[in-house]
Parts: sequence; structure tokens; C-alpha cells
Amino acid sequence: MEQNYNHPEWHKPENLVYKRTDLLVDRPLSYCPGCGHGTVHRMLMEVIDELGAQDKTIGVSPVGCSVLAYDFMNIDMLGAAHGRAPALATAIKRLWPERFVFTYQGDGDLAAIGTAETIHACNRGENITIIFINNGIYGMTGGQMAPTTLEGMKTATCPYGRDVATMGYPLRITDLIVHLPGVNYVTRQSVHTPVNARRTKKAIRHAFDIQSQKKGLSFIEVVSNCNSGWKMSAVQANKWMEENMFPYYPLGDMKVDGVIVEPKSGTVKE
Amino acid sequence: MKGNEAIAESVIRAGCDGYFGYPITPQSEIMEYLMAEKPFERTGMVVLQAESETASINMIYGAAGTGKMVVTSSSSPGISLMQEGISYLAGAELPALIVNAVRGGPGLGTIQPSQADYFQACKGGGHGDYHMIVMAPASVQEMADLVKVCFDLAFKYRTPVMMLSDGAIGQMMEKVVLPDPIPRRTDEELIRQCPWAATGKQKDRDHIIITSLDLDPAGQEKVNLKLQEKYRQIEENEVRCESIMTDDADYHFVAFGLSARICQKSVDLARAKGIKVGLFRPISLFPFPKKEMNEIGKKSKGILVVEMNAGQMIEDVRLSIDSHVKIEHYGRFGGIIPSPDEVVRALEQKVIGG
Repeated sequence: MEQNYNHPEWHKPENLVYKRTDLLVDRPLSYCPGCGHGTVHRMLMEVIDELGAQDKTIGVSPVGCSVLAYDFMNIDMLGAAHGRAPALATAIKRLWPERFVFTYQGDGDLAAIGTAETIHACNRGENITIIFINNGIYGMTGGQMAPTTLEGMKTATCPYGRDVATMGYPLRITDLIVHLPGVNYVTRQSVHTPVNARRTKKAIRHAFDIQSQKKGLSFIEVVSNCNSGWKMSAVQANKWMEENMFPYYPLGDMKVDGVIVEPKSGTVKE
Repeated sequence: MKGNEAIAESVIRAGCDGYFGYPITPQSEIMEYLMAEKPFERTGMVVLQAESETASINMIYGAAGTGKMVVTSSSSPGISLMQEGISYLAGAELPALIVNAVRGGPGLGTIQPSQADYFQACKGGGHGDYHMIVMAPASVQEMADLVKVCFDLAFKYRTPVMMLSDGAIGQMMEKVVLPDPIPRRTDEELIRQCPWAATGKQKDRDHIIITSLDLDPAGQEKVNLKLQEKYRQIEENEVRCESIMTDDADYHFVAFGLSARICQKSVDLARAKGIKVGLFRPISLFPFPKKEMNEIGKKSKGILVVEMNAGQMIEDVRLSIDSHVKIEHYGRFGGIIPSPDEVVRALEQKVIGG
């Protein structure tokens, strides 16, 4: 028998187990099924909702898969040119010091074309939050090699695998950021299991608290999957990510309150 | 006061919220003056030295998207780096002032004054169908006066505005009457005056998105048609030019900025020789004073366009004039400033004698 979802029983507050935050716009996401972007969007919007900061937040979206992030996040946002989000966020925060300001960027945007803007915003210790989604590939343009593509990994522009002798090494830009004194908090997380998603949310909350306390820059890398670009099912992609991405990009806090912590290698599950 | 300093002081006095820039000769005095003057203490204005011109123009984009009144300055090679950001500003319809102290090119060129970036300033420069409003001052006083004009136009039309100066006017020292200071807008005033700006989502309105992206071709055409309509309005309403001794003139110089300053002297020299010459000086280069130029063309026996380039504004002069008057060009390049004498000789040889 078909359920009648309009029945008042379904709408009693005690029966509510999950509600989409109003800060996520009610429209289909443009991301591939299985992609981590949607989960990070949700974590981020939930944090802003819980802080009651919808009217006090200005976000900056990148060029890449999340170019349309502003369509899904029910807050005021600016779409930056490719790689330039930290420059926008710098000026916005300087001129609106009481607003929460964040950038949401992929690996091509942040670690290739926008490397200078990333490093210098971090080095100035801008009081902003950078959320960095690392899936090791250019998703939107059709799966080309990214600065973070692993050695031997096949993409549209390294069809025989990334050859580090001619194409360079996968860039652990977060490991560089850690050493800049203007940066207060650096962590590397994922959203492929509920426990990891909750940790990511906690990290975002911590980053926003750091902004309130004007302690400097907070940087959250989320190692994520790209099942379309990697040409795998979503389940396979998550498994591949655990086995290949996490050893090179180990999860965990890397700098807390301005103090560098040694990352635990390959922390995947409790 | 130096031209560059006059710009910097006028920027503070205009109630500007922020300056973002990167050092480059011959305009570094602008940021130097601002840093020394501490407007962050005087008015609360932010001054920040960015890591590149690419970063500065995108800082401008970010700030402008939140409705703030912001300015950057650079010189030719730096302005080339900013073209991407300027195109985005035009596409997202954001107000900003960009000061360009033009130097000789191409490439690293020279640090000496030039007018070789007329095309880049007036015809787009970056990708896509867009224009900036372009103002060309010819004196330190005019530089100071145009700052407020440029900011007002930027906000009136929500468009980037360029002040096209050059190394010589920026470095020139002249007496100047500075504008009266205007207080910076409070955030509440800004939110009221700029309902389009991303300032934090208010309960009583939808969330605001600042972007130049529209993936739907019909939507993107609409954006372009709206921009073109805006440019037509600007052409209709915002033309600025000056005519000097043109009423009784047989021949005419047409020049902007520093060249116009030289031609003023050339007018005197020519008239002393019995040649009745006048000077027509476009102040707004976009919008170009087409009607006024055409009127000059109708009564002129010959026109010499004097520029410190290989012939750029002359294209707009020719497009504006529908009579068959002779129009010639005289240009020097690479940082060479023509002397008033050689300009008169060029008029005699190319226009009168030729």
C-alpha cells in the first residue's frame, strides 16, 4: 500500500528525524550521484543555520564543479573567477569584519590556477575560512589531470597515468599551508561515511568559531571522490579513495590553535 | 602636488572604502601616499598591498560585489593582468574605479608615458562584449576632480570606470584645489543604497548572487542586451569634452590627456604664425564625443589627431565624422613626448600642405 505522506501523523514534531536546513535551497543539486559536494554543502549550511548567521555570512564560490554552489546555498554569495576566491574573500572580510566569510574551492581552482591567491591569503592570516574539496581531478571540464592527481592515476590528460617525471608530483598544498604563521587551524577530513561527515561538520563549526574570535585563517581540506571522473561506481570510488587517496592525503587535524600536530597516517575508521 | 598624490587624496576625500593594488612604475605613489596618509585611521578606508594585479582586481571584484566603493591603480603591464577581472566586473555589473597610468609598450616596454592603451581601455580589453567608462584627465586638477565623477558614474551605471592617465600627468606637479571630504557611507546606508549587493541575506529578500555566469544562451543574450542598452545610455548622457579656440578655427587638433596639453601650446604657436587652429579634447573616451566631433568635422578644413601611439583614437574620430574633411595622424611612441613645435610642423606638412 502506498504511504500517505500528507497524513498529519508524519508531521508531528516528535516523528521528525531529519529536516533539510532552510539554508539549502530546495532544488536538485547539479552534482553527480555519489559525489561528496552535496554532503559538504549540507554540513556547511547546517553550521551557518545553527549559528543563526544566515544574514551575517558572505560566501565565495569557485570555478569548477561547485561553480553553481550559490544556487544551492541560501545565503548571499559571489562567484569568483577561476582561482581567485581567496582574493575576493580577503577584500570582503577586510570591509565587513563582522561577517563570516568563506570560500568553497576545488583542487584545480585552489591548488593550480589559484595557488598564489591561496598562499598569500593564508600568509596574511586573513580571518576567513577556506573549504577545499580535493578529489584529485578536474570534474567539471571532463576529468583532466589536477595538481592533486595521484602518481599513476589515469585522467583524460594523462591517459597512461600521471608520470611524475614529466608531469610533476601530486601537490599536498595543505601541508604547505600548515607552516604559514597566519593560519590558525588546518584539518583534512572526508564525508564518505556518517562519522566522517560529522567530523567535517565539527571542523567547519570550529573554523567559524575561529572567525568569531578573529584568530586567523582556518583551512579545511575535504578529500572527496569523483566517481564520474574516476570512472567508478560511487561505492567503488569511496573504496578507491580509502585505499589510494587517504595514504597520500591522510585525514586528521594538522594545525590546531596555531600549533602544528603530526597527522595520523591512513586514519579511515574508528 | 603630484598627479598621483592628488588622485590618492581625492580618493580618500570621496568617501572611498578600500584600495587594493600592486606596485608598478609610474604610479606607485598612489599606494605609497595612501599608506603614509593612514586613511584607515582618518576615515576607516582599507588599504592593502596585494600579491599581484590579478589578486588586486579580484579583491576589487569581491569588495564591489558587496557594494563597497573601491579603487585600484596600475600601469599598462599590470592593467593587462587585470583584464580578466575587469571583464568579470563588467559582466557582473559591479562599480569600481581603475586608474591606469599608461606607459610605453608592448611587453615590459618602458616606464615613460604613453597613450598606447587607448584601444585596450576603450574597446573592451578583456573577453566579451563590454565597455568601461573611460575618462582622460589632462591636468593634476582634472585628475583630482574626476575621481568623484568616476565613482558616481561607476555606481550610477554599476560598471567599472577607468581613469586613463599616463606617467607624465601622474608625475607632474601642479597646484590643485582638493575636493571637500565626503564621509564614508555606513553599512546601513550602503545596504539601503545598494539593494543588489551581497551584504548578508536579509529575511525580507531572496539571497543575492553576484556572478557573470549564465549557462542558458537565452539568459546570456539577455545579459548582453542589457549591457548594450546601458552602454547606449552612457553614450547618450555621459559625454565630456572640451573645445579650445575652435570657433574661428580653420584647422583642428584632436587630442586627449597629455597630448592635448601639448597641443594647447601648439595652438598658440600656430596662431602666432597666422594659422587659425583650435583644439578638440575628448575627456570621456568611452563614451566618445561623436556628435561634437562630427560638428567640428563639418566646419574644419583639416584635422590632425595627435596621440602618443600609432593611431588609435583616430579610428573613433573617423567613425564620428561623416564629412570628407582630411584627417591625419601624428604620433610618437615608446615614451617619447612630442614637442609643440613638431606638432605644428606635422599640421603644416600632413594637413595644410599635404
